[in-house]
Amino acid sequence: MGEGEQFDAIVVGAGLAGLAAAYTLADAGLEVLVLERGDYPGAKNVTGGRIYLNPIRELFPNLWPKAPLERYITHEELCMMAGERSLTVRYQGNELGQEPHQSCSILRSKFDRWLARQAERKGALLVSRTRVDDIILTEGKVTGVRAGGEELRARVVIACDGVMSFIAQKAGLKSPADPAHYAVGIKEVIELDRQVLEDRFNLEGDEGAARMYMGAVTAGKFGGGFLYTNRDSISLGIVAGIEDLAHQEPYIKAPELLDAFKQRPEVAQLIQGGEAAEYSAHVIPEGGPGTMHRLYGDGILVAGDAAGFSMNIGITVRGMEYAMATGYYAARAVIHARERGDFSAAGLAVYETLLHDSFVMADFQNFSSSLDVLKNPRLFRHYPELVGGIARDLYQVPAGSKARLFPTVKKHLSMAELWAMFQDYRRMKQI
Amino acid sequence: MSQAMGLKAKLGLNVFIADQDPHIRIKPGQEADPRLKKAIIVCPAGLYSENPEGTVVLSIDGCLECGTCLLVCGSEVLEWNYPGGGTGVQYRFG
Repeated sequence: MGEGEQFDAIVVGAGLAGLAAAYTLADAGLEVLVLERGDYPGAKNVTGGRIYLNPIRELFPNLWPKAPLERYITHEELCMMAGERSLTVRYQGNELGQEPHQSCSILRSKFDRWLARQAERKGALLVSRTRVDDIILTEGKVTGVRAGGEELRARVVIACDGVMSFIAQKAGLKSPADPAHYAVGIKEVIELDRQVLEDRFNLEGDEGAARMYMGAVTAGKFGGGFLYTNRDSISLGIVAGIEDLAHQEPYIKAPELLDAFKQRPEVAQLIQGGEAAEYSAHVIPEGGPGTMHRLYGDGILVAGDAAGFSMNIGITVRGMEYAMATGYYAARAVIHARERGDFSAAGLAVYETLLHDSFVMADFQNFSSSLDVLKNPRLFRHYPELVGGIARDLYQVPAGSKARLFPTVKKHLSMAELWAMFQDYRRMKQI
Repeated sequence: MSQAMGLKAKLGLNVFIADQDPHIRIKPGQEADPRLKKAIIVCPAGLYSENPEGTVVLSIDGCLECGTCLLVCGSEVLEWNYPGGGTGVQYRFG
């Protein structure tokens, strides 16, 4: 590109938000440059992970049939883990096996590289191994980026640089992060013979299993454990609130939490015979877009994790579909702004309107209190022990006569306990 | 699978491409900041440790670039940047 030339858009970061934006922009005929600091797209990305397809299926109708996803999830489990025992709820249903499948396990390195190729086929220019160091401001308006010692110009910059988003901070759209709004995920990918994996998890063909664990897995701290089956590997890990990890006793080093989780009998037998293949970690935004001052400014939009679009409502933890959707709507906003020749904040404000009219903001409004409600230590410390204790007593057959069932349960449920449960129930109603 | 695979061995599974300079530094004069003690707990790669003098040292090899240390220590304590383009951890699964 010669002097004085400029792209329609520069996308910072070839993760799901950035690639969804680039794909959409290139598809509409815009000149778009994607800058990625990794050796290849996906090299810096980590997921738990599973992607829920229903909310974003129609945004990219041609993408899904050939997408390199791992397994569609047909077996859902939630395990409440006490110190010495656990109680598991399993959900299976014909609906989970029917097409179109609701959710799939995914490995980002594989998926992002493929998605980047689809964006390139549409005409996007992808440059990897390039870290963006700064934004270029001209009279207060973002007009490009500095990367690899060069100045690159564009009508608009889309910051999709991930959860830490230094670009959004430099543009004044976001304050330095508050640890209370973030969790850290730590994961191992464990390779396992495909047949062994399918037998072990009762899977047919491309069916997959997802398991969530709460309680002792994080030593009672905010967070939980997860397990997803991939084609021929298992993604196993924990997520823990950074504030709890740093400031709540007992102090346990993050890697040791994962090791203890792996050694639980409920988990150890599932990964037995597997070969660890990768160890990864990533910060997860838990605070939602409310942690942003604004999602756009003069010549700039922010999408994906960079804008805090990730949501934990306990039973589901989601980020990737918000990343792809916000990347898509950021692109639509840019296409709209280009038609009017106005890339100022006023011209890009349509981004917010598009998000408000979509599932994205509807979800974040519906679940705006979920994080506050879930940050209830009783959920992670008390209830797993309580239900484990009730299960133990119900199933126990002692040497003498067995106690009647109702008094067995009732001794765990004092008036004080019932009152505390009622209070928790009232709080849970906000989710 | 081995009973307890050490952290070093786990990090050894990953592909790393070396950067010229460390991308995270403890700012001079901040080595005794109490927030660095928290970095010892939260760092998933176990890169922060306390030396016999009671100050915290950082060994950057094996950094997963997650950002957790920056969140607990803040930019007053850490000079934190991503490694240069094409360097650092390169996930093959992610």
